[in-house]
Amino acid sequence: MSSRQASLPSLSLDNVAVVRGNRMVLRGLSVTARAGDIIWIRGANGCGKSTLLRLVAGLLTMTSGEVSAEGRIALADENLALDANLTVDAALHFWAEMDGASADERDAALTDMDLQGLANIPVRFLSTGQRKRASIARVLASKADIWLLDEPYNGLDSASCARLDQAITARAASGGIVLVAAHQPPSINVANSLVLDSQGVAA
Amino acid sequence: MKAFVALVAREVRLAWTGGGLWLPVVFYLAVATLFPFVTGPDKALLARTGGGILWIAALLATLLPIERLILPDRQSGVLDQLALRGWSDELVATAKIAGQIVAFALPLLLATVVGSALIGLPEAQLGTLLLGLAFALPALSGLSVMIAALTAGLSGASALGGLLLVPITIPLLIFGAGTLAEDPGNAMQLLAATSLAITALSPFAAGAALRAGRI
Repeated sequence: MSSRQASLPSLSLDNVAVVRGNRMVLRGLSVTARAGDIIWIRGANGCGKSTLLRLVAGLLTMTSGEVSAEGRIALADENLALDANLTVDAALHFWAEMDGASADERDAALTDMDLQGLANIPVRFLSTGQRKRASIARVLASKADIWLLDEPYNGLDSASCARLDQAITARAASGGIVLVAAHQPPSINVANSLVLDSQGVAA
Repeated sequence: MKAFVALVAREVRLAWTGGGLWLPVVFYLAVATLFPFVTGPDKALLARTGGGILWIAALLATLLPIERLILPDRQSGVLDQLALRGWSDELVATAKIAGQIVAFALPLLLATVVGSALIGLPEAQLGTLLLGLAFALPALSGLSVMIAALTAGLSGASALGGLLLVPITIPLLIFGAGTLAEDPGNAMQLLAATSLAITALSPFAAGAALRAGRI
């Protein structure tokens, strides 16, 4: 999953179950996504939205079922993964190096999230919304095929939400897959809306 | 390889900005400065015991950066992002150990030259001390990353880290002190062999601890 794929990205979860802390968080879940899909994952607190994204990212092991992902994956969740003492630009530069992204791609991500004016500010001085934008810029710069966005709208103002929607639409239009776990519906057209009930089952 | 170098460079940069570079060195030199106040200006005694004190100081200095080696990266999601990019936990641990060798071991070796002068160590012993520490410090770096991975997120991690680290380093300390004796015998070879084994094994132990700590 870490190498650039020539084929179109795809994502498939088949009858997946995940148990965490003696509680079955996901139960018999099946999802399929193809290039160009945007899937909105919604449900009550604790229904397994973040667990689903972490499972797709390969950060969790499942109890049963099968997950198959073709394409590079990027994740933006509650953890920024940006070094607080570095400037926004330097922090993103590190991940750009990890992803083999060019300086132009990094600059474009900064522009897309309206962070050029904050590029030389240490991450620790950013507001909550600005940090969120920096975290999303990391995903944008990665040029990953599959984006996993966990509550990406939290803390964003309306202009930033619009920028994010624009980026999501552009990624899907260029053949990517975007999974958005959020309580609020994105203001863009989504291919599917996956609703999880309190048992972690697709309702 | 470029990404690995970038990760090692990040470790060094974080050590530089987070106090992980100068704190152990200052501690090490503070011990070297204070020791003569305890023993008095007895040159013969200082020459006999000074090398051993620097070994103990180096060992204890290893404990100082433990809390910043793994926990911040786990809490900020950096370890998750590396795993997402296909980095094995063992490779991450190796990069962290390499970064620790550059950011901790090399400055400590340089500080040894100053520390030995403060203690009044005979020049003849300085070379042996430097060589012994050069062998041992990579192992101490590996152990510090391993202990940091084992204790990350636990309450009282620092104290627990000390309790875990000190017994493991006893072989290094014994062989290291042995190299300073008038008749060192095979102490230097044993020190090198022990250090090599610990350095080679610590990425695997640290990697397993990183994996076990993922939630």
